Amino acid sequence: MTAMISHLFLQHYWWMIISLLAGILVFLMFVQGGQSMIFTLPLNDGQRRLLVNAFGRKWEFTFTTLVTFGGAFFASFPLFYSASFGGAYWVWIAILFSFIVQAVAYEYRTKPANVYGQRTFDIFLFINGTLGPFLIGTAVATFFTGSAFSLNEMNQVRWANGWHGLEALVSGRNLSLGLAVLFLSRVNGLLYIINSVGETDLVERSRKKLLMNSLTFLVFFLFFLVTLLLSGGFAVAGSGEVSMEKFKYLHNLFGMPLVLILFLAGVVGVLFGIGASLFSPARNGIWFTGTGSILAVIGLFLIAGFNNTAFYPSSTDLNSSLTIQNASSSLFTLKTMMFVSFLVPVVLAYIWFAWKAINRNRITEEELRGEGHVY
Amino acid sequence: MIENLDLTLLDWSRAQFALTAIYHWLFVPLTLGLSFIVAIMETIYVRTGDEEWKRMTRFWMTLFGINFAIGVATGIILEFEFGTNWSNYSWFVGDIFGAPLAIEGILAFFLESTFVAVMFFGWNKVSRRFHLVSTWLVAVGANLSALWILVANSWMQNPVGMVFNPDTARNEMTSFWALLFNPVAVGKFLHTISSGFLLASMFVLGISSWYLLKKREEQLAKRSILISGIFGLLSSLMVAYTGDMSTRTIARVQPVKFAALEALSEGKQEAGLTIVGILKDSGRKIGGRSLTEFSLKIEVPGLLSLMTSGDRDAFVPGISDLVNGNEARSIMPVTEKILRGKEAKELLSGYKASKHEKMVQKADSISAVFRDPGFISGNFRYFGYAFIDKPEDVVPNVKLAYYTFHVMVLLGFFFIIMFALALFYLFRGTISARKWFLWLAVWSILLPYVSGELGWALAEAGRQPWIIQDLMPVGAAVTRISPGSVITTFILFAVLFTVLLISEISIMVRQIKLGPKH
Repeated sequence: MTAMISHLFLQHYWWMIISLLAGILVFLMFVQGGQSMIFTLPLNDGQRRLLVNAFGRKWEFTFTTLVTFGGAFFASFPLFYSASFGGAYWVWIAILFSFIVQAVAYEYRTKPANVYGQRTFDIFLFINGTLGPFLIGTAVATFFTGSAFSLNEMNQVRWANGWHGLEALVSGRNLSLGLAVLFLSRVNGLLYIINSVGETDLVERSRKKLLMNSLTFLVFFLFFLVTLLLSGGFAVAGSGEVSMEKFKYLHNLFGMPLVLILFLAGVVGVLFGIGASLFSPARNGIWFTGTGSILAVIGLFLIAGFNNTAFYPSSTDLNSSLTIQNASSSLFTLKTMMFVSFLVPVVLAYIWFAWKAINRNRITEEELRGEGHVY
Repeated sequence: MIENLDLTLLDWSRAQFALTAIYHWLFVPLTLGLSFIVAIMETIYVRTGDEEWKRMTRFWMTLFGINFAIGVATGIILEFEFGTNWSNYSWFVGDIFGAPLAIEGILAFFLESTFVAVMFFGWNKVSRRFHLVSTWLVAVGANLSALWILVANSWMQNPVGMVFNPDTARNEMTSFWALLFNPVAVGKFLHTISSGFLLASMFVLGISSWYLLKKREEQLAKRSILISGIFGLLSSLMVAYTGDMSTRTIARVQPVKFAALEALSEGKQEAGLTIVGILKDSGRKIGGRSLTEFSLKIEVPGLLSLMTSGDRDAFVPGISDLVNGNEARSIMPVTEKILRGKEAKELLSGYKASKHEKMVQKADSISAVFRDPGFISGNFRYFGYAFIDKPEDVVPNVKLAYYTFHVMVLLGFFFIIMFALALFYLFRGTISARKWFLWLAVWSILLPYVSGELGWALAEAGRQPWIIQDLMPVGAAVTRISPGSVITTFILFAVLFTVLLISEISIMVRQIKLGPKH
């Protein structure tokens, strides 16, 4: 039966998996969002300890999702891996740096004899919390705005300038998505505190901060969305030729009603979770905004890659643009990987099970006192 | 592909990968082994209910956590570096190499990171049994991670299970099982994880010995020595066995690397196995490269021939046979391999030109050649030689390969003796009185780190100039960015990792001095 599965189907299937991983990653960056407020949200060291321990029990999920996202992209669309990572060198290196410093910061911050003091490791958390989501958002924006690269006949990448990806930071559209992702992470971070921390004062401060962070997120998100839908996009003809098409992403959204519904459901979920947490004592806003974030990101990725669209377009050489067809792995590899992907629900199930077990009680000073492993 | 390559760029890109890999490998083996040691201790606690075993488990788990964090920090860069610094490689083999990396993420990393959270934070939140299962799953997850990355690395040493597609200019997978059960992968996986078990055992033995010397935590120390002694002895025997297995495989699939690690300049029958030897330049050259000879050596006659072929009289090829060829032994000279590689490369250029000019029939006929088994085994397998300028360029640094291998092997035997002695003194009840042994054990903590790094230096530097054996040299694989960018990131990584390492060692030492919580 698997012999009947076409290469085109698998290319679409794997783009959906990539989109799902991207959605989960954006949701899990609530950890980064929380870290970005390490110096501004807590009023005292006790609250900071609560904040750090709340997010410190989850940072590995985000980290692992990022690594898996990279691995899955490599396996399914290796030309993206080689073209983007090799080309936009400095952007990816900056993202990696911010995650390297995060990985040690939780474990080392309060350990005796850590050499550099607690504040240094808190600054590491702040750097990762701010730069991580912002740079990842900015890099993903280039899926819609294009990058300055070309490929030769051996599919080797040449970047058109010496900035190697940093030039993405001077585009307002790229920046707006970067900032939208950063503020969405902060919103999710605040909602996570409201959900999982037991100390009333910190929870109330989180609710107060939620309004400004949500409005800021909305401003940047709407700016990105409106400019995206009104701008031209990178369309792929049947022959594989890439050309600019007016309102391409708007066409994609209306050309794929399911994606439109998915995207709108995501946006509604995000807004509902925020609204419920602002205007009622609800503590479960994270699940609506979190799920909404996942759905909205999946929607954005699908309009970037489906419906004959180049998902990693080249702004300097249109026909070097990457599509899910020309950048993908072979039929055999995608099929082999499909069998592996069937295990993803099992992975999600045990993550959910372990998550519930750890989050059984809300985090309070008292809970931390009885805990052997405290950050 | 390799025209106008800036050697500064290549050298710094290699240096950066070496730096990040060396740093990462300072932390991974302890994670691989200590996770099992902790799981064994917790199992005893759950079975006996003895709180002292729980205290021990939590103490070693604290040290595990400190090491685990920096292992994660140094690991993420390696995965992405394949893209950032070796992008041409990433495309050429992404269809094959990416799959193990993705499986590693989906199946192993999530297992490890999910249950490590339960292991650290679940003591008061989940049942004893669930906690124990979580601890075991962390150990399994960590070692599964090692499996997939080693499968990927082994494919680079011995590419199997693929076919070249001229359309996409890359290799494509044809058999996942060939990849997984690659003989290099089997040996490398077992050798690598058992070396991690060994390192962790020495770590536990050394620290426990220090407690005995300081007359602190004697019960914890002796119990820990018991566990690490048994686990370490079994692991070190396994390291020796799998090391032998891996070396035999190298002799078969990477003969030049094998000749280099034995410093065998000229092939011979009844080749002896060098136990200890000191190398010097012999004055003889192949092209511009000096060959080596021993200024001093102790060897067992005929043993190398016996070990590689099961026959004392067997011929073991030397570097000059492998470079210049040896017709009597049916060894092809490198010059011939270069010619064959160039034919394959020119055929690929012809294919691209035909496609460009829309000469469909010609393109189809060339495409068929690339699928022809005769062409694959006769020409394409030497594709990488098309980029080699001089035949002697296929020889790695012989002195580096020889010394890394032999020091590693000698250390391997030393570890077996150490663990055997630890158990002997422990069962005799005299270990606390053997101060010389306890001090030796403390200082020996460093030695498995040395042997592990030497092993990787041999594996990677010993296969130069290849990034994929015979198919792609490093020069063709490197990302073409400015050398200045790579030098900058090299310095950034060197500084950052060193800064983090200093903190890690300082925290670790302090935690050991503080000892377990009461």
